[in-house]
This record gives sequence, C-alpha cells and structure tokens, in this order.
Amino acid sequence: MRKIFLLALAAALPAGASAAEVTVSAAASLTNAFRELAQAFEAAHPGDKVLLNFAASDPLVQQIAKGAPVDVFASADQEAMDKAEALALVAARTRRDFVANTVVLIVPAASAFKPATLADLDVQSVQRLTTGNPASVPIGRYAKDALMKAGIWARLEPRFVYGASVRQSLDYVARGEVDAGFVYATDVMAQKDKVRAVLTVPTTSPVRYPIAVLARAPQPALALGFVQYTLSPPGQAILAKYGFVRP
Amino acid sequence: MTEPALTALGLSLKVALWATGIDLVLGMAVGYLLARGRFPGRELLDALLTLPMVMPPTVLGYYLLVVIGRNGPLGAWLHDTLGINLIFTWQAAVIAAAVVAFPLVLKGARAAFETVDVQLEQAARVLGVSEFGVFLRVTLPLAWRGILAGTLLAFARSMGEFGATLMVAGSIPGKTQTLSIAVYEAVQAGQDDTANLLVLITSATCVLVLVLASRLAPGRSVSA
Repeated sequence: MRKIFLLALAAALPAGASAAEVTVSAAASLTNAFRELAQAFEAAHPGDKVLLNFAASDPLVQQIAKGAPVDVFASADQEAMDKAEALALVAARTRRDFVANTVVLIVPAASAFKPATLADLDVQSVQRLTTGNPASVPIGRYAKDALMKAGIWARLEPRFVYGASVRQSLDYVARGEVDAGFVYATDVMAQKDKVRAVLTVPTTSPVRYPIAVLARAPQPALALGFVQYTLSPPGQAILAKYGFVRP
Repeated sequence: MTEPALTALGLSLKVALWATGIDLVLGMAVGYLLARGRFPGRELLDALLTLPMVMPPTVLGYYLLVVIGRNGPLGAWLHDTLGINLIFTWQAAVIAAAVVAFPLVLKGARAAFETVDVQLEQAARVLGVSEFGVFLRVTLPLAWRGILAGTLLAFARSMGEFGATLMVAGSIPGKTQTLSIAVYEAVQAGQDDTANLLVLITSATCVLVLVLASRLAPGRSVSA
C-alpha cells in the first residue's frame, strides 16, 4: 500500500529538467495544424515535449496575464497579441506574423442557402447566425467589422449565437443548429463533410496570425525554437497542409 | 453595467423557477411511485433518474444536444410538426436545469414518502377518505418537509447550472445568458469589473435562498 502511495506521489510530481516541456497557448483555429506541427517539432527535438493549450485568443491572454506558465502564444488576430503586449506579457522583439487565413461564411452541408453577398443574410429565412463572441474571440471581431462595413451589423446582431471559440461556432453549423456561420477557411477542412463555405468574407483588416515568446516563459530557449520552427520551411509546409498561407 | 447584470439575474431566476416547478411535479409523482410502487426494475429506474447528479454536465449537455437538437429525434419532430426550435432558447436552459436538478427533488420526495407510516393512510381509508384525499390530507402533510428540502436544493442547483445549459442554450445576451454564463463570458473577455459585479449578485442571491430555506423549514433537521 505504502509503495503504491509513493509511486502515485512520484507520478504526480513534476518531471525533472532532463526533458524540457514547452507550453504553447494557441488560437482554437490552429488546433489540427499545431497538433501535427508539435509532433514534427518533438521528432526534431528528441526528449523535448510540446504541451498544447487551445482556446479563443483573448481567454488565452487572460490565462497568461493571471500567471499561467506558458512559453509561446499564437493569436488569431493582431488585437489579442496587442493586448498581451500592452500587459507586458510578450518577450521583446519575438513577435512575428507566421500565417495568414481567410474568413468565410459557411452553411450546413444539407442547406440550400446560397448567398451572393453579405447583404443576402438580411432575409427572414436566416433566423440564426453564429460566430465567436466579438468581446473575446477574433473571428467574432473579423465578422463584426465586415458586417459593420456592409452596414447590416445592427440588423443581424440579434440573430447571433456566440461561440466561446471559432470551433464552437463551427460545431453549431455542423450540427445544423444555425443557418449560417462565420469561421476561417481553414476550419472548413476540419468538418468538410458537414459544412460548406458559400462566401469569402471581405475583412476590413488582413487575417494574419502573430506568434511570440512570452516574457515569463519557463523555457525561453525552447520557446524561441518553437517560434522559429513555425516560420521554417518544414513548419510552413505542415501549416500549408491545413490551408494556412504565408503572411 | 448594472442593467445587463440584472437581466442575467432575472433570466437565471426565471429558468430556475420553471425548472424547479417542473421538477417538483415530476419528482413528487415519480418519488411516490418509487416509494410505494412494487414493480420490477424499480431500483434501476431510480438509478437511471439519479444519473444526472453524478454525470459531468458536459455529458448531459451532449445527450440533450443529440436528443433535442434540430437533427435529434425529438428536436426534428418538434421542428417538423410544431415548428418549435428548442436549441438556443431559454426553454432549452429550463430543460437542462430541470434534468440536472431532478434527482435532488426525486431523492428528497422518495425518502420523505417512505418515512410516512402506511398505517396512518390505512386509518384514513377506513374512515372513508378517497385515495386522492389520503394523499392530500395525510401523506403530503407528513412528507412535505423532505420534499421542500429537495426542492430548495434543486432551485439552488438550477440557478448555478452552467455546463449543460451553455451547450444547449448557448450564450445570447438577454435571451439565454444566465448569471453563471455571463460570469464566464466576462472572465473570458477580461472584463473583471463586470465579473466582480456578477459574482457579488450571484453570491447574494445564494445567501438569500439559503436564509429563505432555513426560514421556511424551521426547527428540526429537514434531511428526512
């Protein structure tokens, strides 16, 4: 009994420093791409481990601001990274734009709805729309800005059901619970049997993802290695596989 | 800042009251059945109905989403025949809260009915009181403390419901964004001022419910 207890205790304690662990907080839209990227990084750095933490970009900033031991932050828009910089969370001169993306309007695969422009969303048959919450999710900000520019935000806003991240909005559309949703072009690949992109949304600012090493990174050297890997040809090749393009 | 918070509070109260009301009616009926009925699978039924208390809210939310979603068996039927969409409405939040809190009423009601002396009911029957009269004038007056205790717990649990509610009702300000979900959104967005106000309101409401509970059931323990 005593032996089992000691074994359990040993397993619960943090591992020694022999193998380093780099913690990466990344925007939810990077989920599939970063899982493969992390495997490739681990293969190139034997012994080291990448821990991935996915959520919408703003909650990730909040976690880091509250002291989460994170090494690398990858955000889906400039605003979330700006917030992190304003809170002095980012290591100086490590911020880089590493991928670009596109915002699309998607509908459930079985839907016959085929809008030609954003203005076509302003019809009776479109009762429910989804995107991320503009207060904390970048996709929501991109969508809101585009709809404001199109002059229909005020009319469409009451029909929105907000997701806690872009992937939740993607799930709402995939399940057919909403009529249409705003997600990234790369998200469509993760549910390509269940959703269909019908429109490329003209964003008011380019969709570029910044990545940076954090000021209080427990593993700053390995963190920089990971950031450089995302910018390297092998890293970019993996990201391209998931639809991300060079910024 | 206060107005959205009060809207969220109102919505939480509305959802919790409806959920508790539904649970009270169903919980008393099923609780009585389980306490007095003799039928095969009685304990299995009890266990199945208690599941929501021990299952993670996310599992429950997923089950509900699959059943009452637009493509789910019940959801599709409601949509096609009655034109009703439950997902992302406050009614969906009521269903989630009612399912999660149901075991609390059921457990309280079953235990309370089981403690009622059957001989007292028999005596009433001998005196010519109808079955419904026996229930209303003998069984219920003797069991109400236990039922009330379970009901108040169910109300508190409904007020705090978060996981399953978020999955089936979403987070629409003014429509389905209850207090607990509003707190989550505020923290996600880093709006600590709003979060502070919301948690204060939530805490005050909980204290009020507990004080009310002890006022309504004074004296001896109501654990039944």
